[in-house]
Amino acid sequence: MTTSVDTLGPPPTTVGVLGWLRKNLFSTWYNSLLTIVSLWLIYTVVGQLLVWAFTTARWGVITANLRLFMVGPFPPDQVWRVWLVLGIVSVMMGLSAGVFGGTMRTFGVWLAAAYATLIVLDMIAEQGRPFADFARRFGEGGAGQFWIALPGMVWLAANLAILALGWIVGRGRAKWRARLILAWLGSFFVTVALLQGYGKDTWLPELGTNLWGGLLLTFMLSVVSIVVSFPLGVLLALGRRSKLPAVKIFSILYIELVRGVPLVTILYMTQIMLPLFLPTGLRIDNVSRAIAGMTLFTAAYMAENVRGGLQAIPTGQIEAAHAVGLSDALTTLLIVLPQALRMVIPAIVGLFISLFKDTTLATIVALLELLGVGRSVLAQPEFLGLQMEVYIFVAAIFFVFSYAMSFASYRVEEALGVGKR
Amino acid sequence: MQQQSVAHHTAVPFWRDVRVLTVISQIVFVIILAIVAGFFYSNLSSAMRQRGLVAGFDFLERESGFEIGEGLIPYKPSDLYGRAFVVGVLNTLLVSIVGIFFATILGVLTGVARLSSNWLINRIAATYIEIIRNTPLLVQLVFVYFGVFVKLPPVRDTFEFSGAFFANQRGLFLPRPLPAPTFDAWTSFILFAALGAFALWFYFSRHPKYRYTFYPITLPLAWLILFPLIGWFLVGQTPVNWEIPERGRFNFTGGIALSPEFSALLTGLVLYTAAFIAEVVRGGLQAVRRGQIEAARAMGLNEAQVLYLVIFPQAMRVIVPPLTSQYLNLAKNSSLAIAIGYPDLFNVGATIANQTGQPVPVIMLIMATYLAMSLTTSVLMNIYNARIQVLEK
Repeated sequence: MTTSVDTLGPPPTTVGVLGWLRKNLFSTWYNSLLTIVSLWLIYTVVGQLLVWAFTTARWGVITANLRLFMVGPFPPDQVWRVWLVLGIVSVMMGLSAGVFGGTMRTFGVWLAAAYATLIVLDMIAEQGRPFADFARRFGEGGAGQFWIALPGMVWLAANLAILALGWIVGRGRAKWRARLILAWLGSFFVTVALLQGYGKDTWLPELGTNLWGGLLLTFMLSVVSIVVSFPLGVLLALGRRSKLPAVKIFSILYIELVRGVPLVTILYMTQIMLPLFLPTGLRIDNVSRAIAGMTLFTAAYMAENVRGGLQAIPTGQIEAAHAVGLSDALTTLLIVLPQALRMVIPAIVGLFISLFKDTTLATIVALLELLGVGRSVLAQPEFLGLQMEVYIFVAAIFFVFSYAMSFASYRVEEALGVGKR
Repeated sequence: MQQQSVAHHTAVPFWRDVRVLTVISQIVFVIILAIVAGFFYSNLSSAMRQRGLVAGFDFLERESGFEIGEGLIPYKPSDLYGRAFVVGVLNTLLVSIVGIFFATILGVLTGVARLSSNWLINRIAATYIEIIRNTPLLVQLVFVYFGVFVKLPPVRDTFEFSGAFFANQRGLFLPRPLPAPTFDAWTSFILFAALGAFALWFYFSRHPKYRYTFYPITLPLAWLILFPLIGWFLVGQTPVNWEIPERGRFNFTGGIALSPEFSALLTGLVLYTAAFIAEVVRGGLQAVRRGQIEAARAMGLNEAQVLYLVIFPQAMRVIVPPLTSQYLNLAKNSSLAIAIGYPDLFNVGATIANQTGQPVPVIMLIMATYLAMSLTTSVLMNIYNARIQVLEK
C-alpha cells in the first residue's frame, strides 16, 4: 500500500562535520577570516612550543631536583612523614569518594589516575634503581632503614591501594557524612603534629616549621591559613553586623584596612615587625610568621564572604527564631550561621584557590615554597638559564591543583543550588 | 494599682538589662583591645630602645645614598629619602594607570571573544583565561621577566620591527612624537574640534528626536577626528615629528625607552588582570536577559541600537563594581615588582626600611599610601557607579 517516497535529507552542508564547521567556524566572511588567522596563530605558537618542549627543553632540571620541589629542605630521612600525610589524605579521599559519591568520586578517580601515572613515570625514569638501592640500604642498616629507604614507587602504590580500600569501605555509608567532615578536620591537626614532631630523641623528633619547603610548604601555608582564618573571619563578619558600635567600628576598620593594602606589605610586616611586637623571649620562625601574615590577610576576605552569606538569610528566619524563643546568640548560632556558611562554601573554595596561588608571595620574604625552590634551583651553576623549564613546571603544578579546585567549586555550587533558590 | 504592678514586674535587674549589657560589653571589648595594643606597644618600644631606633619620620629628611633604576622625576643618590619614596609612588602610579588602560582593552576584547559564535575564537579566549587565572601572578611575572625579557638578545643583535620598534636586553625602544614648528597652529585646530564636538554632543543628547539615536555619539566623534585631520594637512608641514630610537655603540638613544623591568611588570599585570576583566565582562553581558534583546528588536531597534541602548547600559551596571575591584587588584599587585626589581613604592620602601633600620614608620607609610590609592579609586568608581545606576529609574 505505502509507496516509498524518496525523502530528501537535509542539505549535506548543514549536518555532520561539514555542518558543524560551517555553523561554528565559517558562518560569515569575517568569522572565516578570524578562523583562518587563529589557525595560523595556533599553528605557529603551539607548534613552536611543542618543538621546544620535546627537543630544546632540558627537563633534567626537574627530575634531578624533584625531592626539593616536593618537600624542600625537609630532611630526607624524615620524608616518610610526608608520605604518611599523603596516606592520610588518600584514606580520607577514598572514604569521602565512597560516602559522598558525586564530585568526591570524580576526585577519587582523578587522584587514582594521578598516582598510577606517577608510578608509571617513576618506573620509566628510574628503571628499578630505587629497589636496588633499597635492598642495599636495608641490608646494611637493617630495620631502622626500612621506612627511610622505601622507594617512592612503593609509597605511591600503597597510596593507590589505600585510596581504593577507603572507597570500598566507605561505599554506601551515608551515615558517616558528619563523622567524615570531623575526621577531615582532625586529620589536619594530625598532619601538623606529624610534620612537627616532639622532643629530641623520640621516634618522631621535632623538626620545626622552618624545614617545610616546596609543594609541602605551599600546601601547609594555604591550608593552615585558611583553617585558622575561618573562625576569625566568621567573628569579623558577625562583628561587622553587630549592633554594638565599638565592635562594629573595629571590624569595619580591620576589614577595610587589610583589603586596601597588598598581601606583600602584610607579609613584610609580620616578617619584620612581628618579632618587635612580641616579648623579647618569644621567638617564632619565618614560616609561622608567614602563616600569621596570610591568616590576618585572609581573615578580612573571609569576613566579607561570610557577610555575603549572612545578608542572604531572609529576615523571616531570624524573626521566626525569635518567635520560638531563641535568644540573639542562639539564633545566630543555630539558625543564621549554618545556612549562611552553607551558602558561602563556593566562595570559600574560591578564596582558598587565590590563597593557594598567593603563597608564592612567601618567596619575597625568603621562604622556600614551590616558587622559592624553583628560584634557588635556578641559582645553582649547573642549572643556569633554565628559567623556562622551571617556571613552566611550577606553573603547571599550580594549574593542576587550582583547576581541580575550581572544578570542584563549580560542582559544589551546582549541588547546593546556590543562586537558584 | 494594676499598672503599677505591671511596671514593677517588667523592671529587670540591671545585670539583665539589654541597654546596660550593651554598654558594658562594649567597654569590656575596648578595654581588651587597649590591653592587647598596649602590650604590643610596650614590646615594640622596648625592642626599639634595645636596637637604638628612634620613632618618627625624621629619616625622610636625610640623604638616601642609593640609586633608583628609573623614575618620572629626576633623582640622584644625594637626594633625600622622602624624594626617593615619591619616585617609588610615581612609578607605582605609572605602571598601575598604564596597566589599567591596556588591561581594560584586552579584557573587553577577550570577554567578547569568549561569547563569540566562532568556536575557535571562543576556545582560544577560554584557554587563555583558564591558564592565567589558575596560575599565580608571581610565577607569570618571573616567567615573563627572567624567561623572556632578560633572555632578549644583546644590543648588537637587537630585534627590529618595521625599522622603528626595537627590543633587546636593555628593554623596548619605541618612536617618540616631537612637536614640529607648525604644532602650535595645529593645536588650535584640536581645541576648536574639541569645543565643536562638545557643542554637538550637548545639542544632540538633549534633542527630543535624536537623543535615543547614535547622533550624540557619532557626530561629535566624527567631528573630533575629521577636523584635526583636515588641520594636519592645512598647516603645511606635518605638525608632529617621530623621533626614531638610534642605535648607539652600547645602547639606543632617543625615542621612548622602556626598561625590561617596567615592560615585564606591565606585560604580566596586563595579561593577568585582563583575564579577570574578561570574565567580568562576559558575566555582565550574559546578565542581560534574552527577553530584553528580543523586546528591543521587536520594537524595531537595529542591532547597533540594541547593543548601545539596551545591552550596554544594563551590562555596565553589573560590570562596574567587580571591575573596580579588578583595577584595585592591579594596583595592589604592582607591589610584586620587588620580585623583578622594578623600583615601585614597595620596593623603594623596603630599601629605605633596610637602610635606615626604621621598618615601623616606613611600613606605615607604605600601607597608608596604598590605602589612599585604594580609597581614591573606590570613591571615583563609586561616583561613576552611582551615575549609571540612577539611569535605571
